[in-house]
Amino acid sequence: MLMFLLRRSALAVLVALSVSIITFALLHFTIDPALAMAGEDATDADVQALREAMGFDRPVHVQYLGWLGSVLTGDFGVSPYFGLPVSDLIVERLPITLTLGALATVFAVGLGVPLGVISAIWPNTLIDRLSLSLAVFGQAIPNFWFSLVLIIFLAVQFPIFPVSGAESLGSYVLPTIVLGTNAIPPIMRLTRTGMLDVLSSDYIRTAWAKGVRPQQVFFKHALRNAIVPVVAVAAIQAANMFGGSIVVEAVFALHGIGMLAYESILRSDIPTMQAVILIFSVFFIGFSALSDILNAWLDPRMRVA
Amino acid sequence: MQNAVKFTTTEPSTPTPGQVLRGRILRHKGVMVGGTVIAVIILIAILAPALAPHDPYAQSLIRRLRPPVWIEGGSWAHPLGTDHLGRDYLSRLIYGAQISLTIGVCTALISGVVGTTLGVLAGYFGGWVDAVITFFVTVKLSIPTILLALAVVQLFGGSLNVVVLVLGFLLWHQFALVGRAVTMQIREMDYITAARTIGCSRSRILMTEVLPNLMNQIIVVLTLTIASAIVIEAALSFLGVGVKPPLPSWGIMIAEGRAHIFFRPWLVMIPGVALFVLVLSINLLGDGLRDVTSPQGRS
Repeated sequence: MLMFLLRRSALAVLVALSVSIITFALLHFTIDPALAMAGEDATDADVQALREAMGFDRPVHVQYLGWLGSVLTGDFGVSPYFGLPVSDLIVERLPITLTLGALATVFAVGLGVPLGVISAIWPNTLIDRLSLSLAVFGQAIPNFWFSLVLIIFLAVQFPIFPVSGAESLGSYVLPTIVLGTNAIPPIMRLTRTGMLDVLSSDYIRTAWAKGVRPQQVFFKHALRNAIVPVVAVAAIQAANMFGGSIVVEAVFALHGIGMLAYESILRSDIPTMQAVILIFSVFFIGFSALSDILNAWLDPRMRVA
Repeated sequence: MQNAVKFTTTEPSTPTPGQVLRGRILRHKGVMVGGTVIAVIILIAILAPALAPHDPYAQSLIRRLRPPVWIEGGSWAHPLGTDHLGRDYLSRLIYGAQISLTIGVCTALISGVVGTTLGVLAGYFGGWVDAVITFFVTVKLSIPTILLALAVVQLFGGSLNVVVLVLGFLLWHQFALVGRAVTMQIREMDYITAARTIGCSRSRILMTEVLPNLMNQIIVVLTLTIASAIVIEAALSFLGVGVKPPLPSWGIMIAEGRAHIFFRPWLVMIPGVALFVLVLSINLLGDGLRDVTSPQGRS
């Protein structure tokens, strides 16, 4: 298990390094960063001055190593658009995105797992069909449009929740529903297939034969084993939700990291863009490593890196 | 005395694999419903010049924000009403289908070629080739697609070609994963050993033995990738970073309608429903194709 942990962590670090190289290269090779930052009505002299001020005239590998060095000490540079250190911006906005991501994960797991269990207990019934079609809908609905639909019905027609902002916990309700909905289908489907598999196994038949009560069979014997792969998928979905928060935060004007990403992209604010892409990626890398480690811990057969 | 028993010479008819597949497709509700809706939308997109009642770009300041026909004040001159510049909403919706379908199909083809190539190479050669490609896929999966797409499209300037290229190089991972897994199974088959024994070259084995046997699974991934590409394009355009107005992208129509969300919610609902129905049908078709082509579905 220790070897597995070490190998998995080494892989995570290697992936994070590669992501940082790729994003750096994308933002520096494919375009002239000085030109992008200066905007359309800058003179050549302005662009040249900006190039020197930001250090874009140095060789790219020197720039990258310099940037990586400061990132490792927690310094992401200064945002030209906000005029503040990028690390300050991130620290200020991280709580909102973390709250949203955590709420959406709870919502998705809290709805996905019970629906999956119910459909597995009564397969091919009306309730099973209903939850399967719910999954199909949840997968197909574009989240930015779903946000607007919820705003139309729950904030404008029936003003139950605020349209935007993050003043109270109530303003997290609609964003949580939107973000969580995309994650429900995979969690529900996996719980359902896992439960169906386990329920047809020999030890469950034995449990029935012994006369164990249904609740005990379903929850104590079956769910415990069926839930193992779901834990890993839920971790990946949580990571996806942090990445997907950009659209939802932009629609609901929640000033989290996703909104910061959107603002920096619109303003070609390269230091901030680099930082947020790296942070979202590190989130994902961390969660997928966590999911593998959880799997290995819950199921020793998975301990191959 | 002629007492010989007459032998019938008709053999018991066994359906060919193609007939079996056709039968399963025709019996699968998801494939039929999804396929029909997609076919209708494709027809509408192709026949757009003939079907659209008005020019989708023609503005008219005296006919701004007309409601659709089922709401009081609407008229059949503009069945779905007009937008904030007086452009006919139905015509824009019809031309918008062209944009969504073009971007979806072109993106999926690019990412299909990139991803399948990587997946087949990794699965067939194994060893360090596999290790490198798998690592590459892991790195790709770690970067949030929508974020990178937004950043790159914004820096290059949004246009149809840029969106297709950027999404094409961002959505290939599923092809690589599926291509790799299936190729690893195919590699162990007797017909690959046979091909090797009679001296077929590697490229010939890959092109004539591996690739055709991979196609069923690749088509499923292709379908589902078309759906993701359509949603991401709409999201980018909605956020003002994808294709640019006045193109009638459904994402742009939703973004423009958003300003009128309080009193004219249909401006957001109409293009959104169109987008939702298209994506839903493509997903139904893709999931259904997976059901009918998978070995478990053959019982």
